[in-house]
Amino acid sequence: MHELSIVHSIIDIAEKQVKENQASQVDIIELEIGQLAGVEWSALDFAWEAATAHTVLEHAERQIIQREGRAKCMECLTEYASETLFTPCPTCGSYFCDFIQGKELRIKSLTIS
Amino acid sequence: MCTTCGCSQPADAVTIQLVGEIDHIHIGGEEHHHHPTHDHHHGEGCRHGHGHGHGHGHGHGHGHHHHHGEGVKHTHTPNSKTVLQLELDILQKNQLLAERNRGYFEAKHVLALNLVSSPGAGKTSLLERTLHELGGQTAFSVIEGDQQTMNDANRIAATGVPVVQINTGKGCHLDAEMIAHALRKLDPVPNSILAIENVGNLVCPALFDLGEHRRVVIISVPEGDDKPIKYPDMFHSAQLCLINKIDLLPYVSFDVEKAKDYARQVNPNLQFIALSATTGEGMNEWYSWLHTQLSAR
Repeated sequence: MHELSIVHSIIDIAEKQVKENQASQVDIIELEIGQLAGVEWSALDFAWEAATAHTVLEHAERQIIQREGRAKCMECLTEYASETLFTPCPTCGSYFCDFIQGKELRIKSLTIS
Repeated sequence: MCTTCGCSQPADAVTIQLVGEIDHIHIGGEEHHHHPTHDHHHGEGCRHGHGHGHGHGHGHGHGHHHHHGEGVKHTHTPNSKTVLQLELDILQKNQLLAERNRGYFEAKHVLALNLVSSPGAGKTSLLERTLHELGGQTAFSVIEGDQQTMNDANRIAATGVPVVQINTGKGCHLDAEMIAHALRKLDPVPNSILAIENVGNLVCPALFDLGEHRRVVIISVPEGDDKPIKYPDMFHSAQLCLINKIDLLPYVSFDVEKAKDYARQVNPNLQFIALSATTGEGMNEWYSWLHTQLSAR
């Protein structure tokens, strides 16, 4: 599903960086993925295996930093852990919130050689 | 091999064509000619889907050396591997193209709407009725998205409104690059409404900004009132929710207020209009919303 698009985007970025740095492959890729980013882990694993074959990421070790969802209540300003997009504020019960963590979908670093 | 034009693109590559057009373009492939009189654009920013300006995500405020003239912070490990600190959003390429589309729409005063829903919620029927009833006084154009066929584009074309069909092949969502290519074919007129009917899918399109001004999520009464809580990412990303097929309320168990409550849990700012594209009930409220949005552009 869209995890395949995401993996393709990662491959594009990695290939470009490897080429521009005159390297030949990625040894380690550090990803930062939030709990609320809309990415399904097993789908990502599956897509990764399929899509990275014969690319610079084929033998890369994946290090994934998972970020838990955190929200700030717009009504009472409480910050709280939020496992979903619809977790109410534990202090006042409001659903009006700002997500301060958990939507990350980024490449933190590449180790290339 | 593409079975329409015989070129060497795989059959499931993304294609974009106008209704009745023999020629089409492939994203990511070579240019190919069919008719000598056909207009082809060449040069920078052409339709081939590669060689776009990629944002590298440099300049995140790190101090760094320019060993390779790159600007990306990097260090070297003892066994001569290089660590590049990218801190780069994976969907940044789509985001950049979406913003570019956004600029295009602003410059031309085009109100761009991204219509999303499950397959069969009534996006195309809603559009057909809207175009019939408003097409005389407001300029419209449409981008249709499906895996295969020109069916939806043909339905829109029958209303007289300009339309282009994107077939994604195996793809499950439209992205900003596809829209950018489609816009070159469609060339919407200034001060008009562009309706982008996304691939029927309540999951994947949520992550992909197309550059739209407003995202409209459509659910239909037979789908059940807990839809918003089962597909939170999509409802979280939309600004307007249309509840379609209200003419079927007497026949299925669907509680409109419950559906709105569920939706407000994932998006407290979501607005709602309940309507029926078949009977016309509620359509005036939708038309009002459209006009308000258009005059604010």
